[in-house]
Amino acid sequence: MTIQKTAIQEPHYSKRDYKAFWYLLPWIIGFIVLQLYPFIMSFVYSFCDYTVGSNLNFIGLDNYKELFTHDREFWNSLKVTVLFALYTVPGKVILALLVAMFLNRNIKGINLVRTLYYIPSLFGGSVAIALLWRLMFMNNGVFNTMMTKLGLPNISFLGDTKMALPTICLLEIWQFGSSMVMLLAALKNVPKELYEAADVDGGGKWAKFWHITLPQISPILFFAILNQMIQELQNFTSPYTITGGGPLKSTNVLGIMLYKQGFGYFKMGYASAISWIEFVLILAFTLFLFGTSKFWVHYADET
Amino acid sequence: MIKERVMIIKKENNGIMKDKDVKDKARVIDYVLIIIIGAVLLYPIIWMFFASFKDNSEIFGSVSLLPTTWHPENYINAWKGSAGYTYSKFFINTLILVLPTTLLTLASSTLVAYGFVRFNFPYKKLMFTLLLAMMMLPSTVVIIPRYMLYNQFHWVDTYMPFYAPATLCCNSFFPYMLIQFLRGVPRDLDESAYIDGCSTFQTLTKILLPLMKPALFSAGLFQFLWTYNDYFNSLIFINSVKKYPISLAVRLSLDSESVVQWGKIMAVAFIAVVPLMILFFACQKYFVEGIATSGMKN
Repeated sequence: MTIQKTAIQEPHYSKRDYKAFWYLLPWIIGFIVLQLYPFIMSFVYSFCDYTVGSNLNFIGLDNYKELFTHDREFWNSLKVTVLFALYTVPGKVILALLVAMFLNRNIKGINLVRTLYYIPSLFGGSVAIALLWRLMFMNNGVFNTMMTKLGLPNISFLGDTKMALPTICLLEIWQFGSSMVMLLAALKNVPKELYEAADVDGGGKWAKFWHITLPQISPILFFAILNQMIQELQNFTSPYTITGGGPLKSTNVLGIMLYKQGFGYFKMGYASAISWIEFVLILAFTLFLFGTSKFWVHYADET
Repeated sequence: MIKERVMIIKKENNGIMKDKDVKDKARVIDYVLIIIIGAVLLYPIIWMFFASFKDNSEIFGSVSLLPTTWHPENYINAWKGSAGYTYSKFFINTLILVLPTTLLTLASSTLVAYGFVRFNFPYKKLMFTLLLAMMMLPSTVVIIPRYMLYNQFHWVDTYMPFYAPATLCCNSFFPYMLIQFLRGVPRDLDESAYIDGCSTFQTLTKILLPLMKPALFSAGLFQFLWTYNDYFNSLIFINSVKKYPISLAVRLSLDSESVVQWGKIMAVAFIAVVPLMILFFACQKYFVEGIATSGMKN
């Protein structure tokens, strides 16, 4: 009876439904205190001269002016950050797709293979693995020793301003496992009838790939690209550990710049301005990706 | 006799055999390719393992994978750690940091996922959109005010900067993963519990929680892995060596030496990654299922 009464008073929601807020409470507090508030405050700080222990000094656009016109590091760091993502994300996703397609057949022991290929991806952001990379690609490291033995000229992987960034990107690309597993699951979900129909129509391998496989897995492909993009634009650990931003700032991504300004010199206002530029950059890439998705991402329930 | 028989069978199956031959050949090529890709992918890890037994002259001068003279003492030196603390201490620190963070994440994510999936409430759609949008919010844009906040609470140089966001469900990935899972659990189950007089909380703990075990396990593994590997947050929030987790300790081992013994550093690095490999091989099913489903938007 009571249920009926409340149902009349509140046409949409029952008393039970309002209990949801108890369950959501941790997230609501977390959202307000640790996400929304810091998000707004970093915007506010970015217009201030602010160090730990000092007062907020409103200085208008000075931080941004300084970044855009005076700071010699900034434009370079912005370029490096974008390049880092542009090298890494396509490399990672294409490799993941190729390997996933290769593994998507009736090969015995495929689960073991998938497991072994995933191992490098366990160490995403690991300092230990970044150090391993640094050692292997040193001027007298194992790869250059190999090249010498093969009679090839040595490459200064981490000492050359043109080579350092790609070498770090290689570490990220090496960890393509999670995209691979996702894409493999997506490939397994493509209905077999579609391929059978294509066989009847005499579609070749390429035609099948372009007209069946790609559209069918496009939502997962989109998700993988978006995820990787957001992640790689924020990368910090690999360049910081392997080269420390060098040589000649050629791997000095915005993350390193932010860390040094904020937690090296404690210029919190300036660092906040950098973080907002990074945010706008990520937002721009995200919106761009969503914009292109109309043209190539196909959702099954679309009519 | 046998030869003749084989010949007859071969003749009979000539057509089929040819087909099979082609298939067998393709199969061999497949396996060769699988092994080559695998060797390339795993080479760095295998190299690291053997390098951890080498001395500098061999690490830099030789291409052979196996050391000519083994230096197991690298591990003894590695374990000694630096600044007066051994790796036993660093591992204990890591567990004190990672385990509560993981468990708190699971607890809060379960509650939030339950709230979103099994209730209808005002502004549900808006709140769900916000939850998803937070997945795209870069952590760098909130890190500075969070640091100032934690500083005011005197939480810097404690593990609270890790526990607090876990308790307050700040990584949307986990509630999202559990929401996807719970959507697949039929509602009849908790409705019958409701008729039997269970409270909403009892419905969660008695009916749904046992069913959620695999999803929780996957989510827990990911949070464990990410927190274990995380370097940026540790670097910012933990200052005293006494509280260093593994990630910072590894870096310290390198920085505290004037002449770097890379064999020892590789031993340190191997010690740091080996727990993850053990965990992965023990629970690989959950890893793979977790990733495969997290990308699926129904």
